[in-house]
Amino acid sequence: MAEIATREAYGKKLADLGDKYPNIVVLDADLSCSTKTGVFAAKFPDRFFNMGVAEQDMMGTAAGLAASGKIVFVSTFAIFATGRAWEPFRQSAAYPHLNVKVCATHAGLTVGEDGASHQTVEDIAVMRVIPGVKVFVPADGVETEKVLEEIVKTDGPCYVRLSRAKSPVLFDAASYQFRIGKGNILREGSDLCVFTAGYMTSIVLEAAKKLEEKKISTTVVNMASVKPIDEELIAAMPARHRFLASVEEHSVIGGLGSAVAEVLTARAPARLIRVGVDDQFGQSGDYLAVLKHYGLDAEGVANTILKNIS
Amino acid sequence: MPIQPYGSVAVCRGSRRPLQWQSHWSLPLTAALRLVFMKKPSIAELEEIAHELRVLILKMVHHAKCGHTGGPLSCIDMLAALYFYKMRLDPKNPSWPDRDRFVLSAGHTAPALYACLIRAGFIPEKEMWGLRKLGSGLQGHPKRNIEWGIEMSTGSLGQGMSVANGMALAARLDKRPSRVYSLESDGGAQEGMMWEGAMAAGHYKLDNRVALMDYNGIQIDGFVKNIKDVHPLDKKFEAFNWHVIVVDGHNMKEIVEALDEAEKVKGKPTVLVARTIMGKGVTIFENKPKYHGVAPTDEEMEIAMRELKRG
Repeated sequence: MAEIATREAYGKKLADLGDKYPNIVVLDADLSCSTKTGVFAAKFPDRFFNMGVAEQDMMGTAAGLAASGKIVFVSTFAIFATGRAWEPFRQSAAYPHLNVKVCATHAGLTVGEDGASHQTVEDIAVMRVIPGVKVFVPADGVETEKVLEEIVKTDGPCYVRLSRAKSPVLFDAASYQFRIGKGNILREGSDLCVFTAGYMTSIVLEAAKKLEEKKISTTVVNMASVKPIDEELIAAMPARHRFLASVEEHSVIGGLGSAVAEVLTARAPARLIRVGVDDQFGQSGDYLAVLKHYGLDAEGVANTILKNIS
Repeated sequence: MPIQPYGSVAVCRGSRRPLQWQSHWSLPLTAALRLVFMKKPSIAELEEIAHELRVLILKMVHHAKCGHTGGPLSCIDMLAALYFYKMRLDPKNPSWPDRDRFVLSAGHTAPALYACLIRAGFIPEKEMWGLRKLGSGLQGHPKRNIEWGIEMSTGSLGQGMSVANGMALAARLDKRPSRVYSLESDGGAQEGMMWEGAMAAGHYKLDNRVALMDYNGIQIDGFVKNIKDVHPLDKKFEAFNWHVIVVDGHNMKEIVEALDEAEKVKGKPTVLVARTIMGKGVTIFENKPKYHGVAPTDEEMEIAMRELKRG
């Protein structure tokens, strides 16, 4: 299976969109080689601004450009985009509902060796709580491209969570249609329904095979649109499954699992097994080893779910 | 024909200066005609406008029963010069793409901005009584509303510097003649982000960018020099590659001349480091930290109005 990191797909697609949308402007904070905005910078040097290691200034500048009619893509590592620059994003971009698209890479634990200072397990929580901000977590390169095509046409602030690590291509570029506010069922089962997104989607698909071996028939729902979230789809699942779970490369506090739980409590009360990072910081290591350590490899995910349903 | 500087279209009154032919082809015809017949106010007229704005500010803040009294009075002479002399704006066409922009980085001085926009005809006068009230467009700190001439939501200090830079970069990208002004504060200069923005404006040589630093020396908890001194602001901006003009922020002639000088500077942003007095114009408020963030009482309002009427 072909593999590509979502950040690679982002860099390539952004440079393509630059042709179609002359009002796209891209900002980076000294990480354009890593976030892949460098591809856009090479093609459209006049519409790319390197703001240096100054994420707050980058976000404020983005708001000013957007207030003057630009569609502004802002990139750096997710922890800095959503941590260091959270308040300028909230005040200057989100409050006036401007066209600032924060596309942050190196999210989650799969940053690997750089360790906890550069990983983030809090970004979905802190971004989705801001009024009017849309949050997307694409699972592969194809979905990343589709998300970008949608957000560039969508007015207002968005957050797109991208990964450093390569992941398998799951979707067919010609046929896959991403819609804001819609989840999609990747496989259907009858015992267990797992909601997931981003890098974890391919891992959950693997975990589902292990669960099938244990006679747990598993549905996997990909929730790239974390906000707005597909309430109808979530609310329909408790009636069709005995068990529900969420799996994410994020804290179990405030992320996708919390978003799913919010819908369940309001629409279709049911028990939800939330699998993710359990109120801890990450640490250095090969990213696959790090995932395994936190129980987020396919085997770990399957075991945690099994333990909770037996 | 070269584009020449001209003042706000809102100020068409009482000038003795001869008419000037102005050219701006991107303007809609009606706005262009208004600009053709526009005249700039004299220094004395600007001083009179600033005086009226002081009264307007105090009435608003007093009616709201809360908000900031000192800051709006310290920056209002500079804002009067911007809105009624320098900036190219058209209240009949507030979203005119080539307009100049103003960002109130010191968002807590909102009543000063609102007073200017009311007098310039962007905001209906009756709205002034809604300041800080539920459902009003005149929020405690500015909320972006282009129809009313409010260019950006501000209030969290230090951010307006970067936002204004972004607007200046956009104008440069689009080859628009817009110039972007911001009002900074000495308290705001304690924010790291303000200096990130100052560094960026210097680096990108934003010569369509002017910051006005309202250096009144007072912040909520007391005197800036005691809390965390920002002195010397002129040297700091110089080191960040800005063209620095030190002015008396209550001397209209100095302000106007500095704004004109800023327009001629090439390859650098300009900052007016303006020495000001918090609460300027009302003796009982002047230079008293207490009046940074409170509204005048009925009694203080009476004293203030007596003094302003006499002036």
